[in-house]
Amino acid sequence: MTDLTQASSGKSAPESRPGSGDVVPSAPDILKTRIEQYKSAAEGLRDMLLADLIRFGEIPAPTFAEEQRIRFLANRFEEIGLTHISIDAIGNGMGIIAGSEGRRTLLALTNADTLVKNIKDQTIEVQADRLIGPFVGDNSIALAALTTLPLLLERLNLQFKSNIILLATTRSLERGNLEGIKHFLANSGQPIEAGLCLESVQLGRLNYHCIGLLRGDIHCRLPENYNWAQYGATGSIVPMSDVVNRISQIALPHRPLTTIIMGMIQGGIAYNNVARETILSFEARSESLDILNQIKQQIADVIAEVGARSGVEITLDVIAQREPGGLDISHTLVRKATTILAALGLQPMLYSTTSQLSAIRDAKIPGLTIGLTTGERRYELDEIDESVNIAPLASGLAQLVGILQAIDEGGVS
Amino acid sequence: MKLNLRKWLRSLTERAPAKTTQKRFQVADWLPTHTFHHSQFADLKALVVEKERQNLRISLCLPALNEEKTIGKEIIMLKSELMKRYPLLDELVVIDSGSTDQTREIAASFGASVYLARDILPQYGEKHGKGENLWKALYQMRGDIIIYIDADITNIRPHFAYGLVGPLIRMPEVQYVKAFYDRPLTVSKGVRVSGGGRVTEIQVRPLFSLFFPELTAIIQPLSGEYAARRRALERLPFPVGYGVETAHLLDIYHRWGMAAFAQTDLDQRIHRNQSTHALGKMAFGIYQTFFRRWKAYGCVEKLPAMETMLRQFQNCDGRYEQTESLIREVERPPIITIPEYQKAFGRHP
Repeated sequence: MTDLTQASSGKSAPESRPGSGDVVPSAPDILKTRIEQYKSAAEGLRDMLLADLIRFGEIPAPTFAEEQRIRFLANRFEEIGLTHISIDAIGNGMGIIAGSEGRRTLLALTNADTLVKNIKDQTIEVQADRLIGPFVGDNSIALAALTTLPLLLERLNLQFKSNIILLATTRSLERGNLEGIKHFLANSGQPIEAGLCLESVQLGRLNYHCIGLLRGDIHCRLPENYNWAQYGATGSIVPMSDVVNRISQIALPHRPLTTIIMGMIQGGIAYNNVARETILSFEARSESLDILNQIKQQIADVIAEVGARSGVEITLDVIAQREPGGLDISHTLVRKATTILAALGLQPMLYSTTSQLSAIRDAKIPGLTIGLTTGERRYELDEIDESVNIAPLASGLAQLVGILQAIDEGGVS
Repeated sequence: MKLNLRKWLRSLTERAPAKTTQKRFQVADWLPTHTFHHSQFADLKALVVEKERQNLRISLCLPALNEEKTIGKEIIMLKSELMKRYPLLDELVVIDSGSTDQTREIAASFGASVYLARDILPQYGEKHGKGENLWKALYQMRGDIIIYIDADITNIRPHFAYGLVGPLIRMPEVQYVKAFYDRPLTVSKGVRVSGGGRVTEIQVRPLFSLFFPELTAIIQPLSGEYAARRRALERLPFPVGYGVETAHLLDIYHRWGMAAFAQTDLDQRIHRNQSTHALGKMAFGIYQTFFRRWKAYGCVEKLPAMETMLRQFQNCDGRYEQTESLIREVERPPIITIPEYQKAFGRHP
């Protein structure tokens, strides 16, 4: 079969930096027709996709407790007749769609874990055009896409030459720090041609580059000899607020793009009790490793100084540090994917990500992150509500098949 | 045409075996052989094979009134798993009582066949209530087995349907399968009170304990989910309102006895909680249904000796056990009839 994405890329895509989003290749009509067929077949599987989405979404799976979800995934894989279904030592679930030749292996993966523990109600509501619930966006659709893809290929009567590994990883978020995917890549024992990281939203995203990341917790604790009787004793919250102020004053360059997110703060137990411990969770992101290292040093200086001045113990616990990097925008895989998106009439959104793609990149496997539908997230203190749109899902699945097929036909080297 | 309910109920009693000749029913015997967990029917492939071998057609009815928040999810879950993935169900029908929200539109958009109850058999008039939808569904659907599932369940799973239909496929003598659910309220280590909701425990179970003790084996007599053979349902009158579940139990029991029942544990069911006010209406409807039958069965004139055993349920380490409490409501005479009282107060009747 002809690689239609190659046929369309006779002229090179315009240069673009991550985030510029200005690559709009054209797609040949024959590819458009083919992708439309995929979309139409995917529409026929809508209910099965949504049913699996609901099943995955309503199974609690906080990081380090994903067993139940993975078990459901493995059962589904077994029902649809995948081969080599397994759950590895740290709980990753996988199955293989066997290729006709099996010389190449492609990887489609997503994380099985969810962000927040102890969600009171994980029920998903189905409306005419969307689904609403705590984790429908992150990342239940992507899990449902893994269980629907084999049915879609069967419906299309498509068999790839390459084997396709469908992988749901554990321990990816927060303190999990991508442990699941790293474990899989370290132990998979076979060369992988390319990896596609699936995210539920947003359809049209095309992450080919990873932004560098420094994620950590700053603990501010009262020492053993703290003078509780002293009137005006401020506990751990006031020194932490000083740390927050000082971090927010760190000068951040626009180029290379750098940000610091102070995402979470916890401390104290009551209105009238001095807080013994306060924890600030932050994430610094940058396109430059040097700048990340500088930020790390500056934060270390801030906590040393505030700690010395206030008499409390302040420590930095680095949870994750990832280097920036990834594919060049002119890489074959990026071009193939942009052509598929173009065939769906979608403008690719090109920007950097901090997702599992960085582990794929570290393993020197060409990889992309793609989204499957559109949606949004709203959250308050202890509630997350996400909504995802049903109609674009067919395009999301068609895109997935199209990109896998493009890699299968011509490789990415 | 007018249905002569009273005449029908009398004929039912005449056909029923005389209670005195029936073998004394033993709850302890019936419970383990007719009580299931849905997981016992989870091999859907095998269930479908058996269904096809028996040449059965199975219909699922979702009676609905303003259920736009839950109807779409129920249809997706049941249709995708039990029609597309495993062809256990042959049709999925929504019978709507005239919703004013988007219930019908959403149901249709997810591929259910949607009907307004008033459009079915319109020559028999329009009545309001869930029972009306269930009755008209019998005319609209074609199944040999009919499954009814309320449309307000937020945690719907495929086992809600296959757990109910499983005993009917496996046990030819069973006519009617009732759902029950886990109500996780622990009273001591390994022991939880079980049974139904407020109306069940305060009204129906005491009524059954008094007059139909065998029916107390049904753990949740008012659960809105059940499956039955058409050949049984078509012979039953259907109260259109709150009494439909109670009526089914009483009438099937009278006609076929306990062997016609089975019940399946469907784990947890999450749905809207009803106000005490609404439950009062339900209880009122159930009383009407109950005493109408009580009279039709000829029991008013021949009131049997009042039972003094209240039968309830508890879950003991996963097993459902019936507990019996002897409650003798002994009554004292008016105190004015007591000589000592008369003497002390100088009062006489």
